[in-house]
Amino acid sequence: MEVWNYINGHWLTIGNWTLEHLWLIFVSNSIAVFIGVSLGIFIAGKGREEVADTVLYLAGIMMTIPSLALFGLLMPALSAMNLPSIGFLPAVIALILYGQLPILRNTYTAIREVDPAMIEAGRGMGMTPRQILLKIKLPLAVPVIMAGLRNAVVINIGIATIAVFIGARGLGVPIFRGLRTSRMDMIITGAIFVSILALIADGLLAIAEKKLTPEGLKR
Amino acid sequence: MITLENVKKIYPDGTEAVKGISFEVIDGNLCVLLGPSGCGKTTTMKMINRLIPITKGGIYIDDKDTKEMDENELRRNIGYAIQEIGLFPHMTVRENIATVPTLKDWDKERKEKRAEELLTLMGMDPDEFMEKYPTELSGGQKQRVGVARSLGADPPIMLMDEPFGAIDPITRDRLQDEFINIQEEIQKTIVFVTHDINEAIKMGDKVALMKDGELIQYSTPAELLAAPKSRFVRDFVGSDRTLKSLRLMKVEDAMKKSPRAVRKDDDLSEVTSIMAEEDLTYLMVVEDGRRLKGWVNRQDIEDESGVVADVMSEDTGSAELGTSLAEGLTVMLERDVANLPVVDEHGILQGIVTFNDLQSLIGETYTERGGKHPEVTQ
Ligand SMILES: Nc1ncnc2c1ncn2[C@@H]1O[C@H](COP(=O)(O)OP(=O)(O)OP(=O)(O)O)[C@@H](O)[C@H]1O
Ligand SMILES: [Mg+2]
Repeated sequence: MEVWNYINGHWLTIGNWTLEHLWLIFVSNSIAVFIGVSLGIFIAGKGREEVADTVLYLAGIMMTIPSLALFGLLMPALSAMNLPSIGFLPAVIALILYGQLPILRNTYTAIREVDPAMIEAGRGMGMTPRQILLKIKLPLAVPVIMAGLRNAVVINIGIATIAVFIGARGLGVPIFRGLRTSRMDMIITGAIFVSILALIADGLLAIAEKKLTPEGLKR
Repeated sequence: MITLENVKKIYPDGTEAVKGISFEVIDGNLCVLLGPSGCGKTTTMKMINRLIPITKGGIYIDDKDTKEMDENELRRNIGYAIQEIGLFPHMTVRENIATVPTLKDWDKERKEKRAEELLTLMGMDPDEFMEKYPTELSGGQKQRVGVARSLGADPPIMLMDEPFGAIDPITRDRLQDEFINIQEEIQKTIVFVTHDINEAIKMGDKVALMKDGELIQYSTPAELLAAPKSRFVRDFVGSDRTLKSLRLMKVEDAMKKSPRAVRKDDDLSEVTSIMAEEDLTYLMVVEDGRRLKGWVNRQDIEDESGVVADVMSEDTGSAELGTSLAEGLTVMLERDVANLPVVDEHGILQGIVTFNDLQSLIGETYTERGGKHPEVTQ
């Protein structure tokens, strides 16, 4: 009941936190997709098996670093580079790093697993490596890459709450305020909205995934 | 014309896959690369469009060195079909067929027209199949679309690596027949890889039989069957090569042309004298325009008077022109007759194949068993 009262009385504030949260996710995941897909394509290239192993291993390790520790490590690193060490920037960087693995791994796997017969046919008909990438490999990899992105977004919506520790904003704010002041209603409100956000984002991305899947792969 | 000159392939791991082979494929011919698994057929074929770099020697198309051409340009002008087909699942049949035309920047209408043309050529209704996706096609249809795609930009040369390999024997047989007809129409210069001797004999104008990276015999299918150059060739061709020759030859290759024939209202005494004169035990009966109506037997007219119609057998069992001798032989055995009339598509009598003729033909292929042709030692 208290929770309901709290929500009812703070619509605007909660809405604001939600938007801030979304913005953080949007910025970090857009960059994460760009880096993850490019890097995934690169390491899926011929003769780069060892590079691929190393990169995927590092991305895997990244996922195991507790988020608080990562934030803690980022702050001195950023200030050493004369960049803002608290607030939006470190949060975005941390989220990019966390979002890397699913996107990178899915891009890499999807491209590696394109039927060699298709690539052989493409090459035999005179497609350049670039045309093979753009016309065959990527369209076929899109659904798998999208699944990776969904995964990354859902993970990051949760992790972004912790970014409040280093001065970022978003739905982590009510949670941490609640923790400090023992306000259960604020904590639960924050948790509820984070979950709802994650569910909605997952649902929307699932629809996008369907839309982007080439027609011929659906039947 | 495709010319291979002393072509060698040594893979980076040291495997000597092709050991210096030379041959020529003349325009409009279908050349089969035949041989046991691992003998280097695919390697040889892929060196032609430079999917595999040549280690030594040269490959020339119309006397132009392929090494000097842009490799993508070269490949766009050579049709390419493989056993795994490799249709693009995210593209429709139309888009798949238009792959090379798209690479060559053809305009939309021209691509559309070409795709329609090719589907029709493959015996597939464009209206039904144009917008379908590969997953909606049967195995045989996929294979047809694969061949259609390789013909996309109407290349003068085609490379086909076991293009009918991945389908059931019945469909395969049909696709082979269809392709023979298509080839008659389009007259491409084709290099066709298979390890199936029957397919090679059926499809090839020339057969290049390979073994361990070497070219063992390069000849027409008939020569390959009749005059195998070595024990290896003989073994590879198989002990039933006589039957294979019969499959290769048509009834018209063995028939006596324009045989004597009588008519229904001819007098039997006249028939008897013709038989005696020509030393025949039978005569075909025809009507106006030499349409086959049946036959008469010498035994049946002895001591008979009257006309042919009284004693003839109204059996018009026959083989059409174009039937293989093997099929002809089957008909003779099934009907238990020693003479098989050959007719054209209108039932007009063209000739007769006799069991004796067949026997002597079979005899010919058997005699050189004794070593009429010199053995090649490797
Ligand atoms: N990339 C490669 N690296 C090393 N050796 C290879 C390579 N490709 C093929 N070979 C070897 O070269 C030889 C010829 O191979 P190729 O694929 O040309 O045979 P093939 O006649 O097409 O056989 P199949 O009927 O099984 O397809 C084989 O011994 C094969 O193992
Ligand atoms: Mg092969």
